[in-house]
Amino acid sequence: MTIHFVVHDEGDSVGVVVVEGLKAGTKLTGWIMDQDKLIEFDAKNDIPIGHKLAIKGIGNGDTIIKYGVDIGRAVKDIGAGEHLHVHNVKTKRW
Amino acid sequence: MSIDLKNASFEGWRRDNGRMGVRNHVLILPVDDISNAAAEGVARNIQGCIAIPHAYGRLQFGADLDLHFRTIIGTGCNPNVAAVVVIGIELGWAGKVAEGIAKTGKPVEYFAIEQNGDIATIANASRAAYRMVKYATALKKTRAPLQDLWVSTKCGESDTTSGLASCPTVGNSFDKLWENGNTLVFGETTELTGGEHLVAARCKTPEIRDQFMRMFDRYQAVVEANKTSDLSESQPTKGNIEGGLTTIEEKALGNIQKIGKKCTVDGVLDKAEEPTHPGLWFMDSSSAAAEMVTLCAASGFAVHTFPTGQGNVIGNPILPVIKLTANPRTMRTMSEHIDVDVTGILQRKMNMDDAGEALLDCIIRTADGQHTAAEILGHREYSLTRLYESA
Repeated sequence: MTIHFVVHDEGDSVGVVVVEGLKAGTKLTGWIMDQDKLIEFDAKNDIPIGHKLAIKGIGNGDTIIKYGVDIGRAVKDIGAGEHLHVHNVKTKRW
Repeated sequence: MSIDLKNASFEGWRRDNGRMGVRNHVLILPVDDISNAAAEGVARNIQGCIAIPHAYGRLQFGADLDLHFRTIIGTGCNPNVAAVVVIGIELGWAGKVAEGIAKTGKPVEYFAIEQNGDIATIANASRAAYRMVKYATALKKTRAPLQDLWVSTKCGESDTTSGLASCPTVGNSFDKLWENGNTLVFGETTELTGGEHLVAARCKTPEIRDQFMRMFDRYQAVVEANKTSDLSESQPTKGNIEGGLTTIEEKALGNIQKIGKKCTVDGVLDKAEEPTHPGLWFMDSSSAAAEMVTLCAASGFAVHTFPTGQGNVIGNPILPVIKLTANPRTMRTMSEHIDVDVTGILQRKMNMDDAGEALLDCIIRTADGQHTAAEILGHREYSLTRLYESA
């Protein structure tokens, strides 16, 4: 079985795509590392390897959680299964 | 099958100051940029020595000059170096560097170009280098307990797979080496931004925590004073972003996985300072790979572990750099740069403990003499950190 994306902790907002050439519409299997659980998801965009998808709906201004910790703020609404990166998330530092 | 670290050992060279080296270099060390040509001339004449050209050493002053001397003297003192030929434009500073290195007990000779010219300097320094290669190649290896090995870490061209797997692999091996009584270091001060509270919480004493936070806050003030943006494309780098890292906070949380789950931060070091006891040290340092690895070499570390996501190709002239990656694309496209493949973690085919063991096995093989990918490919990046403009 292929793991398509990996989530650090079940409280996180995001998962990381770990396969190449992932296309929108693909049925995804995700692995939540800390709890060692599998989840299923639909990709809403083409997402490159290493990039993130939102695993819950995120509103403009919301804090993004990864490793159970704040990694920045959304600057647009981001739907579950959508590509989450520098176009819709910014640092809260600097 | 886990490695019994208490009974593990490696074969290297015991230097006169007691430190164990895993390489036996004869170093041709320029004090300044204008002595590079002579140093490289010596290294072309004499087989078995290595010149380390660099860009600096003239008209530096104050703390920046202190750091310059500390770094090049520290490089000469590193136990992976058997003997050193120092070349400077004039005799005074060449002698100062030689004197610093001679405290380790290893052979050092120094030469000046002024009043001799490059050709006579190269001839004289070549005769010294010839004697040193004879000396170094006669030294016998000795067996030492693994805890005598000093191991550094710094990651580069990180991506999200670094935080998921390759940095935690280093963390797993660091936890084991720390319990074994090894001397370890991490750094990358700005690259802890967003996770500094997690490092602070790992500091062994309130005093160490205060020292760490002072270093962290000082570096933040440098960023605040000089930034023209949120640093996106510099920190995180363009390559980090290509690899899927979005913010400095996300990058920092991945980076911090390298210090494992058990280690405490047992002390802090200024750049190129040498640890004074075993344990995990934090070194206030640049996050640029070649600068940080150069500082680790100057602090006396003998083997370096370097997780990469997108595929940083760095090496160092005297410090073997072991690279590991969890990114399957990097493994597919540039495997000649990778020493330990931990891509299996992301498909649940390798657990973190097995990955940590695979890295420990590579660390021991490297200490015993197996060359790293970076050594085989000729990566000898030697980059000095500057604090401010020259006078």
